Amino acid sequence: MVGLVVSDITVIYKNGHLALHDASFDLPEGSITALVGVNGSGKSTLFKSIMGFVSLNKGEVRILGHSVKKALKSNLVAYVPQNEEIDWNFPVLVKDVVMMGRYGHMNFLKIPKKIDLEKVSNALDKVDMSSYANSQIGELSGGQKKRVFIARALAQESRVVLLDEPFTGVDVKTEEQIMLLLKDMRSEGKIILVSTHNLGSVPEFCDRSVLINKTVLAQGTTKEIYTQENLQLTFGGVLRRFVLTGKELHDDDDTREVTILSDDERPVVIYGETENNDNKND
Amino acid sequence: MEIINYLLEPFTYGFMQKAFIIIFFVSIPTALLSCFLVLKGWALMGDSVAHSILPGVVISYIIGIPFLIGAFIAGIVSSILTGFLSENSRIKEDTVMGIVFSSMFALGIVLISKIDTSVHLDHILFGDLLGIGSFEIIQTGLIGLSVLIIILIKGPDFMVYVFDPMHAKALGMPVSFLRYALLAVLSLTIVGALQAVGMILVIALLITPAAIAHLLTNRLNQMIKLSVCISLVGCFTGIYLSYFIDSAPAPTIIVVLAIAFIVAFISVISKKDPIILNN
Repeated sequence: MVGLVVSDITVIYKNGHLALHDASFDLPEGSITALVGVNGSGKSTLFKSIMGFVSLNKGEVRILGHSVKKALKSNLVAYVPQNEEIDWNFPVLVKDVVMMGRYGHMNFLKIPKKIDLEKVSNALDKVDMSSYANSQIGELSGGQKKRVFIARALAQESRVVLLDEPFTGVDVKTEEQIMLLLKDMRSEGKIILVSTHNLGSVPEFCDRSVLINKTVLAQGTTKEIYTQENLQLTFGGVLRRFVLTGKELHDDDDTREVTILSDDERPVVIYGETENNDNKND
Repeated sequence: MEIINYLLEPFTYGFMQKAFIIIFFVSIPTALLSCFLVLKGWALMGDSVAHSILPGVVISYIIGIPFLIGAFIAGIVSSILTGFLSENSRIKEDTVMGIVFSSMFALGIVLISKIDTSVHLDHILFGDLLGIGSFEIIQTGLIGLSVLIIILIKGPDFMVYVFDPMHAKALGMPVSFLRYALLAVLSLTIVGALQAVGMILVIALLITPAAIAHLLTNRLNQMIKLSVCISLVGCFTGIYLSYFIDSAPAPTIIVVLAIAFIVAFISVISKKDPIILNN
């Protein structure tokens, strides 16, 4: 298929650490995919593999039919970093950061044209940050910082957008705003991959999920694979789990129960009858 | 009238004029580069490369090639070695840098003491600003000019690389090429400046001007311009003062820049409110 295809990749770092093995998944155009896993499960390594930052010991990544190198050269991929990766004291203004998204469209002297300035101001409008265009990036709140980098991805106009933990440290309003922006991009046919451990919001806006822990445990539409069983497999013992059943929940004989799974962010709530797990080996 | 004559006296000597000219060619490229180094967290990279150049200088003397070439190669080797060792082990970059540059410098000292050379350690450490010939001025001028051109053309690329390497990679920029290009330009600058102003002053010129400018502005363009101005003013003042207080020019420049840093620091902290400072 065309889209983003990761086939059977293994990454071993030079210090001998096995970060990811035999991982395969594919992302179609016009989709938002959640990349879900605990810290150290290989989410960052996966992003780095897609961006050619680590060499693969095995396997291959194809982006819209191209090799990674070719795809990056053709400006197909945008990356929205975690807030911790950025030096917020760096002497750049908000508009300078967004302009960096346009560099792939400029000639080698990187002198902005009128169209670049327009795209930058449009992108800032979209994320509601126009009034901060001339602020130094360190003066912003967590949510605002995130929005600036999303504006940069918008200005870049790439067909693949990777977001590393976009919901960490942002307020609820920004979170909803980001989800709306992502849905907009999806309707434009972009491929969007979002790493998150904000379990609760995944079913809301991600039509697909990839669950990983050193390898891909499950991938597919969120509806099919985002199950209690798969999540517990992904997170092992680190999830908090609350089950509300019987009299706590219903006054009648309804056998459905509420399961709440959470790490440290918004919990995922599963409501329904318990599947028969008697034969499962735990 | 007498006072004016007295104040203009330094400019009447040929050796002082040459010192002023060469410091002009040295301070501009170092000030430009210092901005990128300070922001990248590579302030000590200048220190490391400057020290590592010594064995290159000595070996060029032994095999009879211009010392510029040997020094440049040694500078590049040390920066590539630093990158290689830190990428292929768990040891952090600053530690590796410390190992590489102290060993290279020590190797240089060992080589110097084993052979009878005209290379004076003093000159390499402290430079010989007042003994500059026309050839050195041309050489340093050409190197300074090429560094200036490279920074003017590749500045935006370097900025993206320093600010957000992942984004640079996403844009399809040759990230490792940019890394080594920056290191090569650094080596070139240091080599160009070494003979004139010496290792110690080069290190200061590669850190202090940008650090002062960083305190004063939050735009990279302004930081670069400020850094160049601060460096030029500091260097001229330093040389000028050294004439009157009868000190060596290079250390005088460093002291002047240090005072400028302290003044800038105090003026910034007395203006800002404490909340911003906590950041």
